[in-house]
Amino acid sequence: MVTVSGVSKYFGNIKALRRVSFQVEEGELFGVIGPDGAGKSTLFRIILSLLLPDEGEVCLWGKSPVADYKAIRRMVGYMPGKFSLYEDLTVEENLNFFAAVFGTTIKENYHLIKDIYRQIEPFKKRRAGKLSGGMKQKLALSCALIHKPKLLVLDEPTTGVDAVSRSDFWEMLQKLKNAGITVLVSTPYMDEASLCDRVALIQKGHILEISTPDAVTQGFGKQLFGVAGENMYKLLLHCRKFYRVESVYPFGEELHLTFHGGGDWREELIRYLYENGLANVRIRPIKPNIEDRFMSLMSITEKENG
Amino acid sequence: MRILFYLLQKEFIQIYRNKTILRLIFVIPVVQLLILVNAATLEMRKQQLSVVDEDHSPWSKRLISVLDASPFFVVGKNDENVLSAKKKIEKGEIDFLLVIPQGFESSLMSNEQVKIQLLANAINSQQAQLGYAYLQQVIAGLSQSFVKETYGVLPQAGIVTTFSYWYNPELNYKHFMVPGILVVLVSVVGMFLTAMNLVREKEMGTIEQINVTPVRKWQFIVAKLLPFLLIGLFELALGLTIGKLIYQIPIEGSLWLVFAIATLYLTGLLGLGLLLSTISSSQQQVTFVSFFFLLVFILMSGIFTSVDNMPEWGQKLNLLNPLYYFIDLMRAILLKGAGLSDLWKQVTGISVLAVFLFGLAVLNYRKTI
Repeated sequence: MVTVSGVSKYFGNIKALRRVSFQVEEGELFGVIGPDGAGKSTLFRIILSLLLPDEGEVCLWGKSPVADYKAIRRMVGYMPGKFSLYEDLTVEENLNFFAAVFGTTIKENYHLIKDIYRQIEPFKKRRAGKLSGGMKQKLALSCALIHKPKLLVLDEPTTGVDAVSRSDFWEMLQKLKNAGITVLVSTPYMDEASLCDRVALIQKGHILEISTPDAVTQGFGKQLFGVAGENMYKLLLHCRKFYRVESVYPFGEELHLTFHGGGDWREELIRYLYENGLANVRIRPIKPNIEDRFMSLMSITEKENG
Repeated sequence: MRILFYLLQKEFIQIYRNKTILRLIFVIPVVQLLILVNAATLEMRKQQLSVVDEDHSPWSKRLISVLDASPFFVVGKNDENVLSAKKKIEKGEIDFLLVIPQGFESSLMSNEQVKIQLLANAINSQQAQLGYAYLQQVIAGLSQSFVKETYGVLPQAGIVTTFSYWYNPELNYKHFMVPGILVVLVSVVGMFLTAMNLVREKEMGTIEQINVTPVRKWQFIVAKLLPFLLIGLFELALGLTIGKLIYQIPIEGSLWLVFAIATLYLTGLLGLGLLLSTISSSQQQVTFVSFFFLLVFILMSGIFTSVDNMPEWGQKLNLLNPLYYFIDLMRAILLKGAGLSDLWKQVTGISVLAVFLFGLAVLNYRKTI
């Protein structure tokens, strides 16, 4: 079980983390979701004992990364965002090396990495630097798992990976979770949040919300509409001007829009837009997703913080 | 200990895979010793000498033939005119000009003071000094012969200077250069390669991955430094072998002592490499910084110039220069056969530097990475 309580970290004047607290349960797949620069990597580095917090405490199964960093390092497996294995060693040598420094062997924990490693095993004599992106990722995951960690920490593992490999990767994470490993993963992709058991939304070092993905979207609490038309930019500007509109964001091919008080003022909006020269506007009720929730939470905290 | 073994294994595989480094390790000593020792020689040979003989006497001719017979000078065609000969110096065609004035022999005969003039192209001041000293020696010898031949006895009065070159009787500059070049060689490997290797782990991000393993910092440092310590000692052995085979450098002192001191020296220098790598974030940076330090160390070390000729502050500064101690020690042990009891001062200096640099590097490393 991982407990983070009141952790703050400053880099000069920049507050990278501000009193961050959350708990990850045993065997949970926990996602930390937030844009670049939100403080995800800093948070992970503190949990991993690579960085000291300025305030607050972290506790992993009763051990502190500050006091018991030696114990922590046997418990955690880490896959940094940037590929950081030895590119001049072969696939097999990398895996052997990381097994060896943890005092174990590939054989001993082969069952844990079997599904992943099997896919790169045909290339085991190849230098790691010559692998494709997807294969590098699989090797890095294998190396992070080879000592059978209790907690697997993955920092943006799917950034810069194609869509197919991304869904493959999440499947692997599910399997690891089923094998009893607690997984802490960060991602800037909101759509991946729904694949986690619980998520923490983080922005500018603040945790905005911690909940299950469903509860997060339900927390949106208002009727959301998707608006589409011909001139999207003009549409956005006019929607913003309409007095009953509370929020409107461009979102792919539609605008995501809410009215004040969560009401339904579609007809009035269409009429208003028509008067302003925007015909053929389609509005449909839609279900909010995590990003909608993220945006609304962000605007609330920004108002609160002035 | 097992972790250390795996770390070392990894380092050696990586060094072995890095073909550029591997080639450098073998090529640098050969090139430096074959080319540099010959090129960087301070030896004075075959200096172009012109003589304006205004006397045309048997004794002036004898002086010229003695000079011509020496390995130092090549006497060119005699010039008739001092002015045209001076032009040749200006153009750099000749290095020395000797003017034997009219009445040279008769002054000699009548026991008067004899005046001759030597003009030297002193752009290379060391060469000019040596040429001047040599000419003095020749003339002194000549005047002795003259006295002996004329009066049948050796001159009774007067001080006669005799030269005898200890530890390097043939004034062979190669014997002087080889130990110095060897030190430079060991230093390049010790400092550059270590610093670059360590920074590479930072640059590639691999240090992050290592830091979350149970690998302790001291294990990591030892695994990083030990291979380069061994490579440095290997380079020294290779260089000594080449020096012995090709230049017949004397090895008067104990080789054990040489290698013991080299180990001490490398510890300090590897420490410096480690220190520089902690303050740099890319291989490019660390290369420039190491280059700066090494250049200062080399130029001040006394490899090419005599440290005794330096201004006092320079000599004081050299007390912080590990290369200075090591070059001094190498020459003393190899050429003079000096033992530990003769060298305690330098050995203390090198030890203090080694402990200081290494300690500082390790402390700094713990803080930064």
